[in-house]
Amino acid sequence: MADPPSDPEQPPQQGSPPEPFTTPPEAPLQAEPETPRSQEMLAAQGWPQGAGLGQYEEPPGGLAYQPYLDENLMLEQLQQGQGSLFQQLESAFQDGQPDPLAQYHAYQREEQPFQPYGGAQHGPYMRDDPSLQFSPSELGFMSYDMEVSEPEPRELAVQNAKAYLLQTSISCDLSLYEHLVNMLTKILNQRPEDPLSILESLNRTTQLEWFHPKLDSLRDDPEMQPTYEMAEKQKTLFIKGGGVEGEQEMEEEVADTAVPNIMESAFYFEQGGVGLSSDESFRLFLALKQLVEQQPIHTCRFWGKVLGLRRSYLVAEVEFREGEEEVEEEEVEELMEGADLTTEAHGEEEGGEEDEEKAADVLPKLQWRPPPVIPREESRSGANKYLYFVCNEPGRPWARLPHVTPAQIVQARKIKKFLTGFLDAPVVSYPPFPGNEANYLRAQIARISAATHISPLGFYQFNEEEGDEEEEGGAGRDSFEENPDFEGLPVFELVDSMANWVHHMQHILPQGRCTWVNPLQKKEEEEELGEEEEKGDEGMEEAEQEIGPPLLTPLSEDAEIMHMSPWTARLSCSLCPQYSVAIVRSNLWPGAYAFAMGNLRTCTSAGATSTARTTSTPCCRHPSSRSTPAAWRSWR
Amino acid sequence: MDADSLLLSLELASGSGQGLSPDRRASLLTSLLLVKRDYRYSRVLFWGRILGLVADYYIAQGLDEDQLAPRKTLYSLNCMEWSLLPPATEEMITQTSVVKGRFMGDPSHEYEYTELQKMNEGDKVYEEEIVIRIKEETRLVSIIDQIDKAVAIIPRGALFKSPFGPTHVNRTFEGLTLSEAKKLSSYFHFREPIELKNKTLLEKADLDPSLDFMDSLEHDIPKGSWSIQMERGNALVVLRSLLWPGLTFYHAPGTKNCGYIYVGTGEKNMDLPFML
Repeated sequence: MADPPSDPEQPPQQGSPPEPFTTPPEAPLQAEPETPRSQEMLAAQGWPQGAGLGQYEEPPGGLAYQPYLDENLMLEQLQQGQGSLFQQLESAFQDGQPDPLAQYHAYQREEQPFQPYGGAQHGPYMRDDPSLQFSPSELGFMSYDMEVSEPEPRELAVQNAKAYLLQTSISCDLSLYEHLVNMLTKILNQRPEDPLSILESLNRTTQLEWFHPKLDSLRDDPEMQPTYEMAEKQKTLFIKGGGVEGEQEMEEEVADTAVPNIMESAFYFEQGGVGLSSDESFRLFLALKQLVEQQPIHTCRFWGKVLGLRRSYLVAEVEFREGEEEVEEEEVEELMEGADLTTEAHGEEEGGEEDEEKAADVLPKLQWRPPPVIPREESRSGANKYLYFVCNEPGRPWARLPHVTPAQIVQARKIKKFLTGFLDAPVVSYPPFPGNEANYLRAQIARISAATHISPLGFYQFNEEEGDEEEEGGAGRDSFEENPDFEGLPVFELVDSMANWVHHMQHILPQGRCTWVNPLQKKEEEEELGEEEEKGDEGMEEAEQEIGPPLLTPLSEDAEIMHMSPWTARLSCSLCPQYSVAIVRSNLWPGAYAFAMGNLRTCTSAGATSTARTTSTPCCRHPSSRSTPAAWRSWR
Repeated sequence: MDADSLLLSLELASGSGQGLSPDRRASLLTSLLLVKRDYRYSRVLFWGRILGLVADYYIAQGLDEDQLAPRKTLYSLNCMEWSLLPPATEEMITQTSVVKGRFMGDPSHEYEYTELQKMNEGDKVYEEEIVIRIKEETRLVSIIDQIDKAVAIIPRGALFKSPFGPTHVNRTFEGLTLSEAKKLSSYFHFREPIELKNKTLLEKADLDPSLDFMDSLEHDIPKGSWSIQMERGNALVVLRSLLWPGLTFYHAPGTKNCGYIYVGTGEKNMDLPFML
């Protein structure tokens, strides 16, 4: 706060009362609405700041200085003396200076808000009011050394005390007096309950407010910048695109969109205590709608939310329309083939070098050949049946996850890592994971889907095709369709027995694929490595065909985890069983839920998975066992 | 989370995906009021939900005037009838540390744990198998206590300590600012301080004794066991514990809303150092 205009060496010595009154007119112009005005008024009245009582050190009649008199006592006496002072004031100056007095009264009126409602003139808060204590006329009064010899020492002491309070500290411009005035004003304005108990906090906040006043409204608060940006992004979600073609679009939209009814499934999941809040679900719905508009999507589903360390992922399970995908796939395949060729070339070169070295030095030949890379499954089949898109928050752009390879699934079963929230983050683990976070996330999604996508018995049925069972022994049928005759199971049955639920995603074999591939089928290029290696390989292993449980196996066939069933089924509400929903929760992948109710199409939601299996059961199983791999299934 | 602002708090904490169904929420609103009246608590917190195989436990805690005094814990299976749990003791904790796996959901269920103990009989020393039975209620008590001691947190400034000793809720707490909310040092463990006295004098000089009287999260071991995220476009800061997965702390910066809830299986994540 700027120093008030210094009119220090003023009037009192000159003894001309009118002078102090020249400054009051300036004060209202400078004064801020709050208590600094009090200081202004003081200055206006010519009261020197912090000057002490230098000018008044002429105690008439040899009064002893009692600067440490109890201030309260002094103030009381002063208050009593105030009345007399006033009267003297008025009697002495009324005729002479009506104007200054009027001004003075004007100040007094403006002071009213600071006083308690209905506070009398001599109310408890008045005694601190500088304008009343030290009226302008008083200054002149003092030097006249009139009848007021008795209150004099106390007055002096009061003035002393007040001047002490008005001292500004070295480091700032705030004086204790002013701070106390600020604080009391705040308390009186806000009227908190039991102010004594929060006195220290109020003290702190008043100081804070003084030194950190709110910035003017023209400039944006830099802290809130990211919040506003995010809000802007989300705003675009809410705006419907294309005004002119409005009508046509309406019809199209109403007819058939790929976007699922998120709000409906959110409602059912909420019955089971799972899910995001309703406004978050709605924003999610809009984000999915945006995705559907951007990509050629045939069906779309909200898979779930995966929590990460720094950011979380919202995952959408998507199927492209026929033929749409191939462009991107070809690029990926070219890359892979390129990589294969280079590795093959390497192998040949090494073979050549070794031959040369044979003549010079007999080095032991490397017996170990890296196991053949198992090819990944084609899109739209097996583990790559669906395509997955992720985004961090509704409003942010969707990113596509690459297809998963069997090697990634196999490695993902062996490690347990948190996701950071950034798709390109490396996954540092042992055994090393072949890929970055996007691949790891995709592998986990594949495992979870394979383990936890379930539906009530009879909801899906196999297509009626013959000859399926003869193919590649054990692969089984991998296509199903909705059963139009499904009538729905009563909720109690769904809850009682796990045999009423079936898996509708294919089980992932230990190999990492859903359909088994013999890794030992030699490709042409490998035969160039030499006959010795071939013979060695043949002796080593005979690949066993891995068989997994066929599609649509009931849950009762799932293996137990450490003596507990891998599923928990419950009614959503025990108080109203007739309207409740059956909720099934996976114990293997916490966060995977499914609900079903009567005729309603079942939906499964992933809940929030933390991409970690809860149990530590080993993931290697005999090929002939019928258990599901330890995986979280997200229910959707 | 405070039972007074239950609905809002549940909505803010819903980012983790697990919450409460509407019927449970309604029952909680009613029953926690009654608990507050019957037990004469000054504040009732809804602590969270422990998922069991057969049923879930709903846990609430009651606080007296002094916020740091030992809390009373209550549990319920249906959010209506609450039973008081005994306070946790050291031996309870050591005894139940041998039990692993999920909670059953039945408070009278007994875990059996066979232990080999060496018995001396005269000159013979032989091992005998002793079956120790541990009740699930005991396990519940100790798990809740461990979780509280390890990961219950509160933002800086929400509580203040008066010179007479007791800790009070700070009624003038306006919330952390956005920049403060992203730092781990602005959050304290909601328990008696352990590490505080180990600080150097220089550090202590900067502390404010009325506000900084608890351990901050900065020096938690292992480092990185907290995940801080902003949700809802920076309008909400969410801290999730990685040591006890399922504990979510939420706070809306600039407002008074803050609290934590635990919804999980009640198992410590022992693989944490490998997962980071």
